[in-house]
Amino acid sequence: MRREWIHAGLLLAPALVLLFAFTHLPAIQTVIDSFFSTARGRRPSVFVGLANYERLLGDAIFMRAMVNNAIYAAITIPVSIGLALAMALFVQRRIAGRAFLRMAYFTPTVLPLIAVANIWLFFFLPGFGLFEQLRSLIGLSPRNWVGSPDSALYAVMMVTIWNQAGFFMIFYLAALQTIPDSLREAAAIEGTPRWVFFRRVIWPLLMPTTLFLSVNATINAFRMIDHVFVMTQGGPNNASMLLLYYIYEQGFRFWDSAYAATLTVVMVVILAIVGIGQFFLMDRRVHYK
Amino acid sequence: MSTLVVTQTRFDRALFVAGAWALALVWILPLAYAIWTAIHPSAYETRFVLLAPLTFENFTRAWNAAPFARYFLNTIMLVSMILAAQLILCIHAAFAFARLEFPGKNILFALVLVQLMVMPDILLVRNYATMAQLGLVDTILAIGLPYFASGFAIFLLRQTFKTIPKELDEAARVEGCSLIGLIWRVYVPLAKPTILAFALVSVSHHWNNFIWPLIITSSVETRPLTVGLSIFSTTDSGIEWSVITAATLITSGPLLIGFLLFQRQFVQSFMRAGIK
Repeated sequence: MRREWIHAGLLLAPALVLLFAFTHLPAIQTVIDSFFSTARGRRPSVFVGLANYERLLGDAIFMRAMVNNAIYAAITIPVSIGLALAMALFVQRRIAGRAFLRMAYFTPTVLPLIAVANIWLFFFLPGFGLFEQLRSLIGLSPRNWVGSPDSALYAVMMVTIWNQAGFFMIFYLAALQTIPDSLREAAAIEGTPRWVFFRRVIWPLLMPTTLFLSVNATINAFRMIDHVFVMTQGGPNNASMLLLYYIYEQGFRFWDSAYAATLTVVMVVILAIVGIGQFFLMDRRVHYK
Repeated sequence: MSTLVVTQTRFDRALFVAGAWALALVWILPLAYAIWTAIHPSAYETRFVLLAPLTFENFTRAWNAAPFARYFLNTIMLVSMILAAQLILCIHAAFAFARLEFPGKNILFALVLVQLMVMPDILLVRNYATMAQLGLVDTILAIGLPYFASGFAIFLLRQTFKTIPKELDEAARVEGCSLIGLIWRVYVPLAKPTILAFALVSVSHHWNNFIWPLIITSSVETRPLTVGLSIFSTTDSGIEWSVITAATLITSGPLLIGFLLFQRQFVQSFMRAGIK
């Protein structure tokens, strides 16, 4: 028995040391840092209690980032998942040009988000990009999609949806494959309309996948911000500021590491809530199996 | 089936196919537009003439305008280093979690799973400080180090190892196989599909990763492609769009071509990696 412990220890040690060094310890250290001030020049960092958190509550840009992130999540999650489901239903069975369709849906997923942002930036280019040309065809005036505060966040969201929907489709395709054909045949014999069959049979059976994707999409809504760097840099006037981008800005533009740590704590708390939520939702999954 | 049902579904069917194609065309449009721009002279950026002259010049200009060759080398070194380290570390750890008994096993495994939610991607500030202490800032090792111990890989491999019948280990041990020998000669070969799936996910993830490399690198010798591309395309030096789109396609090219060639394996791997 003892020998087995030693073996286990030796096998685990390298992975666990790195895991703790770059995930757990920094997470704990971040919480500690949030109670201190940032060291500047000759002034060392001192304990400031909850001062950073007080600053957080009075910080209009932080509030803006939270609201933006909420809008971002509320739109990208359902739209990406809805489109993914439609895509999966389109290509799951024989259809003209199936291979092309599947490729068209999935390809955006393979591209780096930073490259995707370049492509879309060009697409949105005021008075010049294809998006604009299509608009001018129907007589709409040119518009700066990425540069105007009303639409910058939505432009960023479109890119997110474009990038992730095809990826989510894969999971729906996998789930659809596990639904036995006999159900479909039975429904066909009964003359069940397609829509009723979908709502009463397919949708409930896909529920675990939908929950799994919702959790993933939620994490992505906080984590996937590469394109913001190229498209808007959080602007104009913070219209597309998102939490992680704000952390980056505070930590590496203004070098205010204590405040960046405080913002990171907010992020970790949000992700922890998502994680705990997933745990309970996944518990319910058992009922469907 | 009666004829009534058939005619009803035929209309349905047409609508369904039209919807599928409409969505696919909308979906491929931005990419098609980028390719169009990249392979034509800049005068044709927005003029769609079927017989517009083709050119390869945008690609050569982009290639020469920034050290893309070096960026490619950096990215390739980065993704292969990460993958090798992940496999070596995580295969051993996953085996311990799947097959050995030791105190604190469940707690340790729960701690591994924490990384699925709180990934190094968001602990930027603290990890930067750690790298500064280790003197690793602006090295390729520093870009990869936080990702070596992958909670996802350990989880995935543990699930796979658990499905391998235990009789095989006993047989191998009777033959005098050591523990390491057992892992590499019995478990790894049997887990090959999972390992391949994880490898594809890992390579494409780290090929595309951006924020952490942006922060930790500051020189041409260490920058991966994504960071190089972002610097190339955001500097206001009046570079034409056709050149920027060409550069964009260059950086995503290998992954894109790899995907188109091995589409089936890609899709199946992502499915396999996701479901478990």
